[in-house]
Amino acid sequence: MAVAEPQFDDLYREIILDHYRRPRNRGELAAPSQRVEGVNPVCGDEIHLDLEIGDNTIRDVSYWGHGCSISQSSASMLTERLKGCSIEEAERVMGKVRAMLIDGATPDDEIGDLQALEGVARLPVRVKCALLCWNVLKEGLQQATTAA
Amino acid sequence: MINPREIRKDFPILEQQVNGRPLVYLDNAATTQKPRQVIEALVRYYETSNANIHRGIHTLAVRATEQYEAVRGKTAVFLKASHAEDIVFTRNTTEALNLVARAWGDANVHEGDEIVLTLMEHHSNIVPWQQLARRTGAVLRYAGITPEGKLDLDEVRGMIGPRTKVVSVVHMSNVLGTINPVAEIGEMARKAGALMVVDGAQSAPHLPVDIEALGCDFFAFSAHKMLGPTGVGVLWARRGLLETMEPFLGGGDMIALVRQDESTWADVPHKFEAGTPNIADVIAFGAALDYLGNLGMGAVRAHEMALTAYAMEQLSSIEGLKMHGPERADERGGVVSFAMNLAHPHDIATIADGHGVAIRAGHHCAQLLMRHLGVAATSRASFSIYNDKDDIEALAEALEHVNRVFGDGSSRAAI
Repeated sequence: MAVAEPQFDDLYREIILDHYRRPRNRGELAAPSQRVEGVNPVCGDEIHLDLEIGDNTIRDVSYWGHGCSISQSSASMLTERLKGCSIEEAERVMGKVRAMLIDGATPDDEIGDLQALEGVARLPVRVKCALLCWNVLKEGLQQATTAA
Repeated sequence: MINPREIRKDFPILEQQVNGRPLVYLDNAATTQKPRQVIEALVRYYETSNANIHRGIHTLAVRATEQYEAVRGKTAVFLKASHAEDIVFTRNTTEALNLVARAWGDANVHEGDEIVLTLMEHHSNIVPWQQLARRTGAVLRYAGITPEGKLDLDEVRGMIGPRTKVVSVVHMSNVLGTINPVAEIGEMARKAGALMVVDGAQSAPHLPVDIEALGCDFFAFSAHKMLGPTGVGVLWARRGLLETMEPFLGGGDMIALVRQDESTWADVPHKFEAGTPNIADVIAFGAALDYLGNLGMGAVRAHEMALTAYAMEQLSSIEGLKMHGPERADERGGVVSFAMNLAHPHDIATIADGHGVAIRAGHHCAQLLMRHLGVAATSRASFSIYNDKDDIEALAEALEHVNRVFGDGSSRAAI
């Protein structure tokens, strides 16, 4: 065949596929302080986050739901990166991830594995997939702040 | 015989490359592409005939009116309908079904009456009836689907009874491709004294339709799914029905006499075409009807059925792929929905797009059906006259690639 096979290494990086195949922190928490959820009505993707927040820290976080590899791996990476973080750090990471996805900002090492989502920014129709869990997190953090 | 290679020459949009590959357009159930003849008819109208129609005395107004009304006649011929006056132009199928639910439903459906639908309806044939039920206190009933994806006719039969006021069924499912025996269901409805409404959005573009033989009371479809422009829908009504109905929208063009307190209505079908209609697109739709008429809907059906059979054969060899809907190509239209056990529909559609192959992923405006199938979304390829076996092979190649991208893991998320 004359045309080379299209490459998806940029979008479906191994780290994304790994989180999709072997999700981290998947399931419910025994005693969450916040339980938040979000759906993407256009595609039916669904993310639930359980947060256990105390002393200005995300002591534990888990997720469950269903959807495409981008939405699910983004949530898996979120939980892995933010477990044990202070609220301030979580908000900073959230800001950097959103800037990367929405504005195409260059990510830095602070967001860890989440840098793998950089390729999503060039596919506008898939950005909402990656953002879903971060929108849910934002609501969870707001609830925690209001409750405190 | 349909020759897709010849036909393609009439579709300028198909000449382009997408992501470095020749475009393979397999999203025809959403909307088809438009032949040069339709695009030129649109331009020609604006360049030579543009005027507001009806009541005009000047030459352009007469010309535009004649062209617009001629398409009503062509639509009647396409449907094998005896009277052009039984045809109302709307914006789309959705508006046509809303017109029926409002203008007929409000006057004829009362508290406790039953509206029979099916689980394979598009939202456009669900929501207007839900709104009618809410206004009137009528009850909605949904007939189910067999494991093969066909309508459960026994359930339909058991559901239609003395309380049934209207039965509204999709002729061809936009997800499963299933072709429903609407004439048979219409007979059940008639015996129960109920009206039969047919959503023909997927059938009119792909099957020969003989409206009198279908025996329904209303039939709705959209121009843009059959080579025509967006913004034009068609509602056909059984002789005499439109006269009994109150108007849907009020305004210009739909009146006979306007007084301070009340008005009288224009004759049908104008009573249901308030305001300046979509003149240009209706006229261009005439070119689409000519195009399909020249090919012959029997030939269109034969071509698409052969392609569907080939697609089902090609896709069945892809590991982990499961198709929804009837197993036989002659029981379905040119729509193939499928699931792959390693990848979500959106990931499938993204990878296919990388191959230049346009397919749709999502709930296809059929959430009741998705829930019945136990999925949040499906991937769907749908065919038209310009598609050929090479297109199917390009799709199959892209789907093999999906398996290579997603397949190497030892386990995967429960999606």
